[in-house]
Amino acid sequence: MEYILIFIAAVFVNNVVLAQFLGICPFLGVSKKVETAAGMGAAVTFVLTISTIVTYLVQKFILDPFGLGFMQTICFILIIAALVQMVEIILKKISPSLYQALGVFLPLITTNCCILGVAILVIQKNYNLLESVVYAISTAIGFALALIIFAGIREQIAMTNIPKGMQGTPIALITAGLLAMAFMGFSGIV
Amino acid sequence: MNNLKVILNGLIKENPTFVLLLGMCPTLGTTSSALNGMSMGLATTFVLICSNVAISSLKNIIPDMVRIPAYIVVIATFVTVVQMCMEAYVPALYASLGLFIPLIVVNCIVLGRAEAFAAKNKIIPSLFDGLGIGLGFTVALTLLGAVRELLGTGKLFSIGLIPEEYGSLIFVLAPGAFIVLGYLIAIVNKIRKV
Repeated sequence: MEYILIFIAAVFVNNVVLAQFLGICPFLGVSKKVETAAGMGAAVTFVLTISTIVTYLVQKFILDPFGLGFMQTICFILIIAALVQMVEIILKKISPSLYQALGVFLPLITTNCCILGVAILVIQKNYNLLESVVYAISTAIGFALALIIFAGIREQIAMTNIPKGMQGTPIALITAGLLAMAFMGFSGIV
Repeated sequence: MNNLKVILNGLIKENPTFVLLLGMCPTLGTTSSALNGMSMGLATTFVLICSNVAISSLKNIIPDMVRIPAYIVVIATFVTVVQMCMEAYVPALYASLGLFIPLIVVNCIVLGRAEAFAAKNKIIPSLFDGLGIGLGFTVALTLLGAVRELLGTGKLFSIGLIPEEYGSLIFVLAPGAFIVLGYLIAIVNKIRKV
């Protein structure tokens, strides 16, 4: 039951993009088409799950026992950067088709703040390993959901007539604001 | 004179928030009040100046192949310094900015300036570039925070200007961040064209 609660809270109530403001760069950057949005969503889900497991284990078995908590930021960002590289190399060998689909998005993920954000959040929230994994997957699904909805809306906006000063980023941000308002309707269900 | 130009470049011509659209996460996430926005801007400015100076002085030692990981370690070190200082001296502020302090590491502005400016220029210009871009970021965040705070609660830097009943809470919450930033960018675009 508590896992379902974590899932619903992370996907709808505290949506990573629209309520917590993590991962805005890819949210604005790769949301012009639904297909690329779905690719980015898949890549983030993949990396976020693996990186959360690894950073969780490093925190519990290396940083905590040796009292190195202050090294958290440096360690986590290096682990994530290395992990993204490794995932890229392994995917290239094992599953070229998946690599083709995710390829372009993988290097961008290192600087996606939702990866580092979730890694730090699960430590702060004191989750155990299983809860952390559920939280990571749900957060990634929430990210993908917001990204795909937003891309769908932007495809429509591209065809409409918008005042000149509002074209591009301003209208995208205001759309995101309205979307965030819609997601606020979920607050209180958990 | 030349240094002044570098600062103005960061403040106006290449303003990281309104023109380059970098570092959007802290821009939206920490500007629920003018004070929070300004503190986040100043914390980022400190990291920017230090990392620009450090990277500019180390640029001949760092091998080209591993420069990005090396830059990230330098940046992460200064972020940890900021994090620990804030936790010790301004715990209330640290609590309200929360997660976004460690996330300065993945702020594209810092890594972007390291790669685009500090790795190619001498120490003094790099220092001023960090200062200029940092100030541009701080001004943008303070402005966004001030507008949101004023519309949302009728206050500015916690000083009441209009009665609180006229404030609309939505501007302090998440949707307000997107909407206010959208309109601010539209206004800046309009002014730049004139």
